[in-house]
Amino acid sequence: MNKEPREPLNIRKTILTIVLFAVSILFLAPFFWMLSASFKIESDVFNFPIEWIPKHWNAIANYKEVWMGQYPFYLYYWNSIKITLVTTAISVIVSSMAAYGFSKIQFAASKWLFLIVLTTYMVPGQATLVPQFILYRYIGLFDNHIGLILIGSFSVLGTFMLRQFFMGIHNDFIESAKIDGAGHFRIFWSIILPLARPSIATYGILRFIWTWNDYQNPLIFLRTDKLFTIQLAMQKFTSLSGEFYSLIMAAAVSAILPLLIIFIIGQKSVIEGIATGGVKG
Amino acid sequence: MNSNSTAVSVEKKAAKPRKSRLQRHETLAGFMFVSPMLIGVTIFVLIPIIATFILSFSDWNFIMGFNGFKWGGLENYQKLFHDPQFLKSLLNNAIFLLTVPVYLIVSIVLAILIDKHVYFKGFFKVAYFMPYISSVVAVAIVWQVLFHPSAGPVNQFLMSIGIANPPKWIADPDYALLSVMMISVWISIGFNLIVYIAALQSIPKDLYEAADIDGANGWIKFKNITLPMLSPTTFFLMITGFISTFKVFDLIAVLTQGGPVGSTSMLVWYMYDTAFTNLKLGYASSMATVLFLVVLLITALQWLGQKKWVNY
Repeated sequence: MNKEPREPLNIRKTILTIVLFAVSILFLAPFFWMLSASFKIESDVFNFPIEWIPKHWNAIANYKEVWMGQYPFYLYYWNSIKITLVTTAISVIVSSMAAYGFSKIQFAASKWLFLIVLTTYMVPGQATLVPQFILYRYIGLFDNHIGLILIGSFSVLGTFMLRQFFMGIHNDFIESAKIDGAGHFRIFWSIILPLARPSIATYGILRFIWTWNDYQNPLIFLRTDKLFTIQLAMQKFTSLSGEFYSLIMAAAVSAILPLLIIFIIGQKSVIEGIATGGVKG
Repeated sequence: MNSNSTAVSVEKKAAKPRKSRLQRHETLAGFMFVSPMLIGVTIFVLIPIIATFILSFSDWNFIMGFNGFKWGGLENYQKLFHDPQFLKSLLNNAIFLLTVPVYLIVSIVLAILIDKHVYFKGFFKVAYFMPYISSVVAVAIVWQVLFHPSAGPVNQFLMSIGIANPPKWIADPDYALLSVMMISVWISIGFNLIVYIAALQSIPKDLYEAADIDGANGWIKFKNITLPMLSPTTFFLMITGFISTFKVFDLIAVLTQGGPVGSTSMLVWYMYDTAFTNLKLGYASSMATVLFLVVLLITALQWLGQKKWVNY
């Protein structure tokens, strides 16, 4: 902002800013409505004209019911955090190793193996659900957090993204390390990973968001209430509390909030990751 | 460059016996690095997709165990194309494709405005991105309440401005699919917008400067520079957008469960319902195969079309 000399307030630009702001209300209003409804007493939720600032506050009771009530959100939070963190960690490790293997080690089978990985990228995840379900029923990973984590840990997308970044790292670093007698694991661990930290952070944050928001896999692979993730619990909670919209909104706020915080902290990485991933395909 | 390659070839000649051992070492290291991913995709993607294909020729209800397994040949596929709900789902998927051009156009316009023509760029990026970052489940539940037929804020607003009988949105068979499509557009804009802004910033500035010298106006510059330069991005977003409409599941599962009266049933929803509610795994596998083939077809179109339609 400060780099350019300050231009005089441009009228056209001001008008367009106001127009765009009006349009952005369409995108933000549902979130404000959700937040304010979660603070209200039930009978006020649908008051019209909309009371953006609640007249009768019931925030503490609403959130207490959601977090400590019959469907205790603290438990689902814990489940979600556990599953998301472990999935993200495994996925980052597996993807960056494969990306290194495919970009920095020359070996004959590399091309073919990469082609196999590329082919699997075209398979929509949903087309493989039935066999995965059967497999899990027979080996006992059904209704089990480890099973859910494994399903989400082998995304090929991470390999592509990181391989792209790794290819941009100059081979001189590796050659000189080799001359010093370093093996591939040393090079990977102490040269490539530190250099690629920003791109790994980008992928990690994206994987975190996608895993946190995943609904389909928990829905299919989990049955026991106690094992539910936040998304799954939220849906069950909604069908259970039917008409208690203030509670449902408190649950929705609770489900969105951690992500929003992560997004705001990692905003640059997220937006850059999506932009480069999107433009390069 | 040149001297470098001669140096390498000299080295090659000198160190032939050592080289093969070194190469073996490299191959081993290569396999070690890529094997976790390879084993993962083999177990979770490759074998399952082959199994899906095989299962699609069987008639298997999971409850009966392996004894209930029967081969059915092409029966599932024949049944599929006489199954009204499947055809309805496929039709709904085809209609859903319309969301893609709609959100692409909105995203292009917003991206151009945000990139060059407004103040508070950072705020707008985050504001429009909010729906994308939020979980589909939470967003769907919020919209479900907003669209509540009698008490919801949307209809209260419509009634307050004089529309006596506003549609019942997701509770109305005629409007349910449209409502879901609107929410899908609302969610998708943020992502596409961000990609377009990045693409806009990579257009070389001198193109516009040259056009300025020629006296081109804003519209001409948009039509002759911006749009063509964005065409690879548009093409990419369109293809991935088309593919993702065929994968729509969360929205349907939370908002409508395919209803009312099957009006929002889509391919993946119907497949899920068949496989995991009715446990007809063979029949569901034939739907999964159709899904796979559709995605493959779109991907093939991408390979073919890339050269033809993208002027770069």
